[in-house]
Amino acid sequence: MTREKTDFWVGLFIMLGLVALAFLALRAGNMSSFSFTPTYRVQAHFDNVGGLKIRAPVKSSGVVVGRVAAIGFDNQRFQATVALDLEQPYAFPKDTSASILTSGLLGEQYVGLTPGGDDKNLADGGTIEFTQSAVVLEDLISKFLYSSAEKEGTKAGPDAGGAAAQAAGH
Amino acid sequence: MSALSQRIAALGHGFVSMITGLGAFARLFGAILARSGVVLRRPRLTAQQVHFIGNHSLLIIGVSGLFVGFVLGLQGYYTLNRYGSEEALGLLVALSLTRELGPVVTALLFAGRAGTSLTAEIGLMKAGEQLAAMEVMAVDPIRRVLAPRFWGGVIAMPVLAAVFSMVGVLGGWFVGVVLIGIDPGAFWSQMQGGVDVIDDVLNGVIKSLVFGVVVTLIALHQGWTARATPEGVSRATTRTVVSGALAVLGLDFLLTALMFAH
Repeated sequence: MTREKTDFWVGLFIMLGLVALAFLALRAGNMSSFSFTPTYRVQAHFDNVGGLKIRAPVKSSGVVVGRVAAIGFDNQRFQATVALDLEQPYAFPKDTSASILTSGLLGEQYVGLTPGGDDKNLADGGTIEFTQSAVVLEDLISKFLYSSAEKEGTKAGPDAGGAAAQAAGH
Repeated sequence: MSALSQRIAALGHGFVSMITGLGAFARLFGAILARSGVVLRRPRLTAQQVHFIGNHSLLIIGVSGLFVGFVLGLQGYYTLNRYGSEEALGLLVALSLTRELGPVVTALLFAGRAGTSLTAEIGLMKAGEQLAAMEVMAVDPIRRVLAPRFWGGVIAMPVLAAVFSMVGVLGGWFVGVVLIGIDPGAFWSQMQGGVDVIDDVLNGVIKSLVFGVVVTLIALHQGWTARATPEGVSRATTRTVVSGALAVLGLDFLLTALMFAH
């Protein structure tokens, strides 16, 4: 085989590898969801971030408007500090509230923003004042158990389920 | 008593020769790296090896990738169907391929397809005293023969692994979407939602690069140290496949533990 032919096939081989990598990155991977629009950073303090991860989406009305940039612990307030990178075209009022939500029953966690009514908008380095923590399943279960035990104590019904049904009937 | 001391001596001898073998292996690696300037000065030599090692392995890599993707699609569907989450099939196929199967299966095939031919070629060069003749002519055989082959293998291996993963994902798509009828939008969006470019794709490429270095080096080392007889070359070729496969599987466990443990 002549030199030019070898070179040609080697070049084709390398190109095929690059195409395969681009396919894996763009079609199979999340490279296409990387956005290169300029962002501004705001902080939010949460009592509990649950299973929130870095690069989790920040959504408002279900639309992705940014990503979680960093999660840390503030030792002065004893709260989790979450830095959010919001995309530049989207502006939110200063009294916007942030809550950690779960997509679907077992899906990934994301930060949901609910806009407020303030005239001024959040700027770079600003802080979201109103936050709502992630729902922790154990807390939920213990609250439920505690309240049903309380009902049982006051009504002295035959069982907690019956007491709850009675309470619902009244 | 003497039988016991002989046993102990045999154990010691085995251990010492294992360490010696590892040392010779590391020294050959160092010698090849030290003489790698030839890759830049005479790129044609390396290009020829990429052609020989890479292009000629494309067919077996592509066909294997396709069928591994088919099987992953069928088996994954069978399991996911029980939990009513067939849409996650794309995620399952892409993650298994980019993280594990792409680099590992490619490296195993690479040891069988390219590693054996490297060992046999160098072993026969040695048996035919071509390497000795080169040294007589003041041509360094490590520079002229081993270094281009080493870099050819190191370049070809990640390319082959990427092709394997791509063809496998397409095979999984064919079985899942075309044959079984999973919704294509859910198939791709679940995949894109779960496969991270850095954590999964880049780590897979790093794995395949490491495997490329190790498998090529084992093949070259076996050829280089083969006894200069037909039997010696055949043994060296067998050892290339056996130690290459074991090294790949052992290293894969280590790399997986390092990369994905957190």
